[in-house]
Amino acid sequence: MTNEELKIKLAEILPTATIEEAAEIGPGWITVNVEPIEWLAFAQQLRKEEALHFNFLFCLTCIDWKTHLTMVYHLRSTIFHHNIVVKAKLDRDKPAIETVSHIWRTAEFHEREVYEMFGVDFLNHPDLRLLILPDGWEGKNPMRKDFEDPVNMIRL
Amino acid sequence: MNKENLKISESKNPPLEGREVFPGEIKELPGGGIVLSKLDDIINWARSNSLWPLTFATSCCGIEMMSTAGAKYDFSRFGFEVARATPRQADVIIIAGTIVNKMAPVLKRLYDQMADPKYVIAMGACAISGGPFFYNTYSVVKGADHVIPVDVYVAGCPPRPEALLHSLITLQQKIKSGMTREQIKVHKESTKG
Repeated sequence: MTNEELKIKLAEILPTATIEEAAEIGPGWITVNVEPIEWLAFAQQLRKEEALHFNFLFCLTCIDWKTHLTMVYHLRSTIFHHNIVVKAKLDRDKPAIETVSHIWRTAEFHEREVYEMFGVDFLNHPDLRLLILPDGWEGKNPMRKDFEDPVNMIRL
Repeated sequence: MNKENLKISESKNPPLEGREVFPGEIKELPGGGIVLSKLDDIINWARSNSLWPLTFATSCCGIEMMSTAGAKYDFSRFGFEVARATPRQADVIIIAGTIVNKMAPVLKRLYDQMADPKYVIAMGACAISGGPFFYNTYSVVKGADHVIPVDVYVAGCPPRPEALLHSLITLQQKIKSGMTREQIKVHKESTKG
């Protein structure tokens, strides 16, 4: 499916989403901005829709913009070879979004990492606990921009 | 043989700089010669020429260490050929890479499991001081010498294989020059009380 066809198809599935082609991350990357509440239903459609068939979640991460957090999902279809980027804006004080670990199994670990690094609460996640950080790090999120560690870090 | 004779023979055969010499002197006698030496010197000579490194690399310095072990640089020319995957058979641990807080207890345990005498080389900026990139973080140990004692530091990011070879030869000279860390510790304790 070409990008133009993809855009039309995605607009059909989720009319409320804003779709843009981000030039800064290279040609061929369509970015879909969704509301966190719409994400789960949209993700299921992306995976199940015959013409889309996004069966490969190859990147799941989060960005701290100081004012809000953005969840970023990179999806690819290994059959049709098309990619999209899905972004969802989260509230920084109480970030929460539905898990997609039952749609793409790889999300289970990646969501645990985002949980420990950014403090995002993944609703209905089967095993939401720290991935790499040792015990006792719950609630301290080192990838947040305002994270401070007076023992190990010098304030620059 | 008294001390005066030893001094004379030393001045006759000064140690050649940078050349491998067997510790001790040859005492010429009618019908041949004998080698006079101290047992400690011979032990140190033997130790320094058969140092088995532990296969321990935590980041990119490890690639340089592999290169040093490879055919082009080949640290086996100096007696480091048998890299061991178990600390119980290793003599020297080359800390090749960043040590993070989670790795520090592992490094300590590996060091404790090595048999005496044991030696440590801190390879590269991360092992010396936390590194040029990630030192100001919640997770990085600012120098491996916070965890275990270090014998030789090699600067670089990463150090060239030549630099690592130089550090290994420096360690050999250090071993040959005197007592091991454990012997010094025992010696200090015995002279204290």
